[in-house]
Amino acid sequence: MSSLVKNIIRFILFILFQVYVLDKIHLHQMVTPYIYFMFILWLPFNMNRTWLMLIAFLLGFTLDSFRHHPGFHTAACVLIAYVRPFLVNLMIPQEGAETNYDEPSFKSMGGMMPYLIYAGLLSLLHNGWLFFLEAWQFGDIWYFFIKTILSTAVSLLLILIAELLFTRKQKFKTNTV
Amino acid sequence: MRNIFLFIRRYFNFILFLLLQVISIYFIVHYSRYHHAAFGNMSNQLTGRVNSQYSKVEQYFHLKKTNDSLIKANEKLYNTLKQNFELPDTVSKSVVDSIRIDSLLQFRKYQFLHARVVSNSVSTQNNYIILSRGRSQQMKEGMGIVDPNNAVVGIITEVTDDYSVVMSMLHKDSRISGKLLKGGETGTLNWDGKEPNLVTLTNIPKSARIAKGDSIITSGFSTTFPKGMLIGRVEGVYTESSSNYYKVKFHTAANFYNLQYVYAIYNEHQEPVNKIIDKLNKQH
Repeated sequence: MSSLVKNIIRFILFILFQVYVLDKIHLHQMVTPYIYFMFILWLPFNMNRTWLMLIAFLLGFTLDSFRHHPGFHTAACVLIAYVRPFLVNLMIPQEGAETNYDEPSFKSMGGMMPYLIYAGLLSLLHNGWLFFLEAWQFGDIWYFFIKTILSTAVSLLLILIAELLFTRKQKFKTNTV
Repeated sequence: MRNIFLFIRRYFNFILFLLLQVISIYFIVHYSRYHHAAFGNMSNQLTGRVNSQYSKVEQYFHLKKTNDSLIKANEKLYNTLKQNFELPDTVSKSVVDSIRIDSLLQFRKYQFLHARVVSNSVSTQNNYIILSRGRSQQMKEGMGIVDPNNAVVGIITEVTDDYSVVMSMLHKDSRISGKLLKGGETGTLNWDGKEPNLVTLTNIPKSARIAKGDSIITSGFSTTFPKGMLIGRVEGVYTESSSNYYKVKFHTAANFYNLQYVYAIYNEHQEPVNKIIDKLNKQH
């Protein structure tokens, strides 16, 4: 399957899962489980930042159309798409791993820990920026912090489960680049 | 000039990032005021279609609850029937004339239209409910929405051909006016965005006497809801030290977690009233 088709299918599945499964679960008022932005975490390494941001914009906007108030998730997605390349460069252990593998995963990031730090930081940014935008009129700072931290923990747990359930085949490409 | 181009090329990604963020924040700020964003209509129609497919499945799991609430509504209606009351004289004979000639005869002011909920959320701070009934089926912006037992749910903010979007009471911009049934003091409903089914009533003067469990009803001062529909029951009363008003927390009468069917209220007198208000606003 080509990378394009694969990502289009992923896009649809992530949005549907977020809207029709996770949004229906009311765990607690402090926790909103989010996983759809994992689509951005899984985008290929060789995609440049401009495209990352435009695709993230589209992803956020699609989710916002289901929520009927555009802007919130769009802003959060664009932020993590912008930050992603910095983090990838920081977390990739050995020289040239980006060219050896297609997309970020346990294997290509060199173990579970670097990948989870990468995913954790991005979900913290996503949730933080999202709840900040939602809450700026309410101005309750503790509520915001606790909600961000709890939701990020749940997001990270969901990401870990998804990674373990759906192991992606990561071919080792030739290193004659 | 050349330097400007070089600058743009060097920082292209950062500029694009800022631009996209500004667009998003523009959406957030302006959407609640101008409901018709350029693609709002199209995307509502599209997501409405997806949502109604989903709700066809989900509906089955709520049949029992829907049934229970319909039975309750029916019971209430049966109890208001004329034939249940025995009056000793002939005055009780009820005749409704459809010609509107003089003030003694009655004519219709409110009309109830049923609608099915296809999408509903309580988890964000701006919650909307989508109904599968739109402009082609007599829905209009500004209509009030109540649940099968006549408890207030929200107000329609946007209508497409086949779907309408309801700003639920659980939305931080929602401003419905409520009244205490016992004392008659009116105030404004606000949701603080934290706990669904728990809403605040502000601007209640401290002279009011409130107890836990008191009913809050619609005031009838706006054209959206008839007077006396149940909004909720008082949960707790808080004093604001800086002002002369109480803050009343209450449980909503409608359960926002499992809305399946709702009624939209069409007020046939809405237009003339709004026309007068517009005229007054223009004069001042």
